[in-house]
Amino acid sequence: MKKITNTDAVLVSAYIEGDESALSDLVTRHKQRIFSFIYSKVFDRDVTEDIFQDTFIKVIRTLKRGAYNEEGKFLPWVMRIAHNLVIDHFRKNNRMPKFENSGDFNIFSVLSDSSLNAEKSMIKGQVENDVRRLIEELPEDQKTVLMMRIYRDMSFKEISEQTGVSINTALGRMRYALINLRKVIDKHNIILTN
Amino acid sequence: MQKIYSETSHQECVNEKLAPKEETIKFLLDYSKALSVIDYNKLKFEALLN
Repeated sequence: MKKITNTDAVLVSAYIEGDESALSDLVTRHKQRIFSFIYSKVFDRDVTEDIFQDTFIKVIRTLKRGAYNEEGKFLPWVMRIAHNLVIDHFRKNNRMPKFENSGDFNIFSVLSDSSLNAEKSMIKGQVENDVRRLIEELPEDQKTVLMMRIYRDMSFKEISEQTGVSINTALGRMRYALINLRKVIDKHNIILTN
Repeated sequence: MQKIYSETSHQECVNEKLAPKEETIKFLLDYSKALSVIDYNKLKFEALLN
């Protein structure tokens, strides 16, 4: 015997009249399409489930209030509701971005403890000592300018005033100090990184 | 071994048969049964009757 299938329009009007099973038929008929549509936008099963539920809650409320205008476009109407809810979801997530810890991605690979551990602080100390020893090898005038600039945080104007040379001379000495430091570091293959 | 940075395609996931959970469907049908809209002087009130 051929099974009689009612159109969406017939089921919708039956539901509005109070036939609850009509809604069950409508949901069963379209659930896969609507669910896949939402999933194709959000790529998250749980979020899809939520949006699917909200979509049908909206559908049910609209139908029960008699606010639905039957034009034979039930599915496009439901899809539009789902689409709008997907947009709402992304808007909400933009305002409140969140990290999802799914699959291989681990949040702790991005977030790290910025404070130095014992090993790192020892290395830092050694590097700083090495740099000081290198600075000691520089010619006196270059060493003075570099110490004033880096360790005492003085401006080149202040350095020129204190050492009695022009700003350009102070700048030149700083430049040669850095060039000489780099030369020594390269020559002896000194590693000054953590 | 070299790391592979390409993302796995979502397309495959979309193509498989996707459907909501049974609980979701049941919730919706129960919600529908419980919801009643009351008309009163051109105003509509929603009531959830459990």
